[in-house]
Amino acid sequence: MPPNTLPTSIDPREETPLSYEVPLAPGEKLPDLPDRTIAAAGWPLWEVFVRQRRGLSHIHAGSLHAPDAETALQNARDVYTRRVEGVSLWVVRSDDITASDPDDAAELFEPFGEQPYRHATFYEIPDEVGHM
Amino acid sequence: MEQAERFQAIVDAEDKIEPTDWMPEEYRKTLIRQIAQHAHSEIIGMQPEGNWITRAPTLKRKAILMAKVQDEAGHGLYLYSAAETLGITRDEMMRLLHTGRHKYSSIFNYPTLTWADMGAIGWLVDGAAITNQVMLTRSSYGPYARAMVRICKEESFHQRQGYEIMLTLCRGTDEQKAMAQDALDRWWWPSLMMFGPHDAESTHTEQSMAWKIKRISNDELRRQFVDMTVPQADYLGLTVPDPELRRDDATGHYAYGEIDWDEFWTVVKGDGPMNRERLEAKNRAWDQGAWVREAASAHAAKHPAHQHRSA
Repeated sequence: MPPNTLPTSIDPREETPLSYEVPLAPGEKLPDLPDRTIAAAGWPLWEVFVRQRRGLSHIHAGSLHAPDAETALQNARDVYTRRVEGVSLWVVRSDDITASDPDDAAELFEPFGEQPYRHATFYEIPDEVGHM
Repeated sequence: MEQAERFQAIVDAEDKIEPTDWMPEEYRKTLIRQIAQHAHSEIIGMQPEGNWITRAPTLKRKAILMAKVQDEAGHGLYLYSAAETLGITRDEMMRLLHTGRHKYSSIFNYPTLTWADMGAIGWLVDGAAITNQVMLTRSSYGPYARAMVRICKEESFHQRQGYEIMLTLCRGTDEQKAMAQDALDRWWWPSLMMFGPHDAESTHTEQSMAWKIKRISNDELRRQFVDMTVPQADYLGLTVPDPELRRDDATGHYAYGEIDWDEFWTVVKGDGPMNRERLEAKNRAWDQGAWVREAASAHAAKHPAHQHRSA
């Protein structure tokens, strides 16, 4: 898979070739284990958002695999809030997120950098006027 | 600007590389290998400590140990997620671990023989891990660096609880103190080996440093660890098992003896005391969990449209 595509869920029950060579130490022998197909679950990826406390928005914390939304929420609680990092959780299927194209970043965001007049500091107000 | 130049410019500017950015294929492969093996280490690292959960001396120690082992699972999950952003699947990483084609830290191929080993692991092994991981919070790959920030916050608890176990033993009976010394004797050298071969023999270091995957060399990290840890051993009243260890007053650093590199390579190549058992236990756990995964998948298939209220 090229590095500029986000991984999508595949069916791991189908044996896929390894994506890269695994180097061995000089003189190393592989352990005497069969190279069996692991019966994996192939669960989809979910993105986890945590609201740290009331008054703040949910912020992306990370991701995890789960078979459904309910299990994703339970797992998100164990993986991302073991130290009361949140009071509320969102989980969203990663596949359902539409992201901006990184190649468009310059076109999308840079024009705003040329518009300083959108900022309060662009305007000079005499000190006598006081705080504004 | 050419892709490769733009990539290196981002790295040189101390900015982060993110999953959708162009990156050299070697950078991607190096990171997959490093992050996946880091994740495997967290997961296999649950075994030596899990070994003592049922035999913890008090309910408090048992609760702490369970929380710590659960943290290790969590750390493994953060790291697997980070590796997946590079285009490898979770299941492929599992397969690489289960078939022995991916390594994990050799430190977990040593046995945990006494309760004091829970102290020594927290203090020394997690201490060595923190030294390495603090550096990795500044790694050039965004998802890896972010996972490290999270992990470092939690590792601090691990190291402190380990040191507190050692402190309690050292303030206890002669027998308890002897147990603490024995644990230090067995874990000291393997902990120093965690930093890897000498810089001169480390093949990947130079490129990893240029890409800012790695920021500090193996020998420099090892020196930081020794300088930090020896005074802590002194406070416990324990003796570091190295007759050549001495403080150099001119530099303020400790000089220490040579690591047994034959032992290091023996364990790396799979012939350490516990290599076989760790891998078998991991495979067994995976196989025995198959029915849980199947049941969860079946449940999800039967209830395709679970709706949840937003918070």
